Amino acid sequence: MSTTTWDIELHNLSGGYNQTRILKGINGSLPAGKISVILGGSGCGKSTLLRHILGLNRPMEGSIRIGGHDFFTLDKSQFRKIRRRMGVLFQDGALLGSLTLGENVGLPLAEHTKLPKETIRKIVLHKLGLVGLAEYIDYYPNELSGGMRKRAGLARAIVMDPQILLCDEPTSGLDPINAAEMDQLLLSMKKHFPSMSIIVVSHDLESLNHIADNVLVINKGQAAYCGDLEGLQNSDDPYLKQLLSRQPNNIEQPAVSLGADIQAELSNWLR
Amino acid sequence: MQQQTGIQTNPVAALGRSTISFVNSLGDIFLFFLEGVRLIFSSPKQLTKIIRQMYFIGSKSLFVISLIGIFTGMVLGLQGYYTLVKFGSEGLLGAAVSLTLIRELGPVLTAIMITGRAGSSMAAEIGVMRISDQIDALDVMDINPMAYLVSPRIAASILCFPLLTALFDVIGILGGYLTGVTMLGINSGVYFYRIDTSVVMADVAGGFVKALVFGIIVSTISCYQGFNTHKRTDSVGPESVSNSTTAAVVLSCVLTLVSDYVITSFLL
Ligand SMILES: Nc1ncnc2c1ncn2[C@@H]1O[C@H](COP(=O)(O)OP(=O)(O)O)[C@@H](O)[C@H]1O
Ligand SMILES: [Mg+2]
Repeated sequence: MSTTTWDIELHNLSGGYNQTRILKGINGSLPAGKISVILGGSGCGKSTLLRHILGLNRPMEGSIRIGGHDFFTLDKSQFRKIRRRMGVLFQDGALLGSLTLGENVGLPLAEHTKLPKETIRKIVLHKLGLVGLAEYIDYYPNELSGGMRKRAGLARAIVMDPQILLCDEPTSGLDPINAAEMDQLLLSMKKHFPSMSIIVVSHDLESLNHIADNVLVINKGQAAYCGDLEGLQNSDDPYLKQLLSRQPNNIEQPAVSLGADIQAELSNWLR
Repeated sequence: MQQQTGIQTNPVAALGRSTISFVNSLGDIFLFFLEGVRLIFSSPKQLTKIIRQMYFIGSKSLFVISLIGIFTGMVLGLQGYYTLVKFGSEGLLGAAVSLTLIRELGPVLTAIMITGRAGSSMAAEIGVMRISDQIDALDVMDINPMAYLVSPRIAASILCFPLLTALFDVIGILGGYLTGVTMLGINSGVYFYRIDTSVVMADVAGGFVKALVFGIIVSTISCYQGFNTHKRTDSVGPESVSNSTTAAVVLSCVLTLVSDYVITSFLL
């Protein structure tokens, strides 16, 4: 395939699950060789967009072009060829529970190559070393903390040296130190693999400022912003300003007040 | 509506509903099976996975199959003796025990035991993988989840069910010997002579065919339920895994017994 650059372009992309439309006409581009952050509130469809880019869900309308190819009109072998160049860190790792970390990270190598076991183990040790987990190679996913599972998922995502690395909320649920380490890791990935496109789904503003070259903001199923980080920071759009300054929406007071008798009964129980 | 709550709580109606949706998906299950079988031969690497599944489905079931086998044989010996002795033909006990086991109870009870032991865990394990994105992760790594998860289990079941059934039969016949000969005093030579003269190859072949079919049914249904956990309409999350597992066990047992009747009516 004559793919030279691995830009991802979204044209009027609509999609979701079964009959539920969650993405409503997203336009935007995620350029190759950069860290692009997909930003948006919880439940706005970030993971759903990722599933479309991965080819796990088909778009209802519109298209996704990867390296100039319309991803969903490719024949099966070309589709698989592109997909083999993608590495994914799912939201909670999605490591196979019945395999050790080493077996998990080495799985694509074991399945797709004829490399001998010792070689695979060496590659796995190298990749686990990149995420600081080399000594945990024989642990099972359930024996690790959430942050370690995410890092192991990252090691598995990069084991086949992908052109496109997609990470779903790599810092969510991590303490600030672990989160900062994850940001460092992503930046070091960018340094290690200069031609790799890194796409990070996040709602973490701090890591956005650390790592993003490029940002795609999703609001109400549409792209509220697509461009570089400075442009986002200097934007006049009220929604973007609210998002970046972490201002809450006005949450309305509950319309119905609890009666005194119910309140009394409740405090009776809570005594 | 009054009727509505009745439908939701009445177990017979619930069974009817699940049967209808099951019949609807029967074609789907058949295609699932064909795809699973095709992918058994997709790569030489399947062999190690099949052997690992054979260890899990086969070796780890040996004890429970032996246990059920010996008690089934013993109770057959007991019941058979007291029935036959009324007609003064307790010498036929060997024939009664062995034919019942080889033709009927061996394949059926083995299938039901393996459904409980291995079928349920196939459905639960694959179901958990489905709801925690593990199957999607396989897909994205360009590892066919059907080939990786389903085919080895179907292949291992096809190989293990007849072997486990044979073990069940043999141990059951020894169980019948235990009650009939050791406890109730039938002549040991007569017991085995009757087995030798009454069991013909067709009986053994029939039991073998049944075991083969049950292996296909149990593994296909269990994997199918687990694999499609995310498509359940009755529940989401962990509850959908538990429902898939229940459905796998119930459907496997029901279909085992139904197909047993069908096969028997063809064989007789
Ligand atoms: N498997 C699914 N089936 C149906 N709806 C789903 C499914 N997964 C997520 N959704 C819905 O899609 C919306 C977006 O979810 P998601 O993409 O996971 O959000 P997030 O931006 O937090 O990653 C949510 O409203 C959620 O309820
Ligand atoms: Mg998400």
